[in-house]
Amino acid sequence: MSAFKEFSKGIYAENPVFKQALGLCPTLAVSNSVENGLGMGLAATFVLVCSNVIISLIRKSVPPKIRIPIYIVVIATFVTMIDLSMAGFFPALHKSLGIFVPLIVVNCIILGRAEAYAGKNNAGLSFLDGLGMGIGFTLALMLLGVIRELLGNGSLFGLPMLGAHFEPVLIMILPPGAFLTIGFVLGFFNWLENRRQNN
Amino acid sequence: MELKSLFIISIGSIFINNFIFARFLGICPYIGVSKQLDSAVGMGAAVTFVMTLASTVTWLIYNYLLAPIEANIFYKLFSLSAPPDLTFLKTIAFILVIASLVQFVEMVIQKTSPALYKSLGIYLPLITTNCAILGVSLLNIDENYLFIESIVNGLSAGIGFTIALVLMAGIREKLELADVPKSMRGIPIAFIMAGLMAIAFLGFSGLKL
Repeated sequence: MSAFKEFSKGIYAENPVFKQALGLCPTLAVSNSVENGLGMGLAATFVLVCSNVIISLIRKSVPPKIRIPIYIVVIATFVTMIDLSMAGFFPALHKSLGIFVPLIVVNCIILGRAEAYAGKNNAGLSFLDGLGMGIGFTLALMLLGVIRELLGNGSLFGLPMLGAHFEPVLIMILPPGAFLTIGFVLGFFNWLENRRQNN
Repeated sequence: MELKSLFIISIGSIFINNFIFARFLGICPYIGVSKQLDSAVGMGAAVTFVMTLASTVTWLIYNYLLAPIEANIFYKLFSLSAPPDLTFLKTIAFILVIASLVQFVEMVIQKTSPALYKSLGIYLPLITTNCAILGVSLLNIDENYLFIESIVNGLSAGIGFTIALVLMAGIREKLELADVPKSMRGIPIAFIMAGLMAIAFLGFSGLKL
């Protein structure tokens, strides 16, 4: 039961984007379409799971004073792996995500989980924690991607959804749309939380 | 190398491709440290300083240690048959250089100017994981900037970040007095404000240089 809780907490209760406001740069930048959001989310999930497992395996031999540089090297290794594999297998996606693939290194969700969880717990639990947080991050990116692509382009995964009469709200896929969307989505989650506490 | 191209790069990085409003780099400190005007100015100065330094150092590292060109130090040192291509180490090398650079800058400032350390000190450790620093280093490489162009780009990106941060802090200080719906208080309304400012900055994208 508790193992399942470690996995599921990242998806809603402690969602990295909506509840902890971490990893906002990639969230805003790549959520202009569902496909980009999904690609970025899966790449970050891979790095998160692998780095969590490795860091929790080496946690007892890492001197506490230099733990952050060591964590960063572990994370950067996996980011380089995913960067090169993505460039090889999905060149179009790699190009549209651009600089944000190498920037997974400085995504605060990943270093945050290493510091707050993987450095203190065993490999199995760290794996579940990483997977849950990664899926929570992916779902957050996809939610924003759905809103922005549907309103800004009238499509989902590039397929037209709203018919020929729909006039696209272009601002939604431009940078300001990202800020407005996440502002209102965060406000909505706060409203849900407030209502739950009042009941 | 003309002065004009440097001017175009700097206007481009400050206004047209502003790091916050157009490139989405450095959003975490932007939301986190924009509550008060004083700390926003401090953070902006620290980021600008480290960005300029990081652009300089990472350009040198990339072109003399990693890139497969004649100037590669390993190529000359070990008299290899061809310049080695170490560009796949870019991400790891850059983040390590930036982390040690920040640590070094912190120590130097602490020794030489305790007053400056007191005002910048708390922001310096946060800067290592600020994606704007690694972002500007990677962009310099992607755009094939020359040495001096990289430095100008780093400096201007920092200035653009500072402008965005200070503007936001000014608005948020006033926002404290406004009657905002309970659910939208704090981070959500800050994002809405950022969205409105991004619309204003979008106007610069029509600028033809």
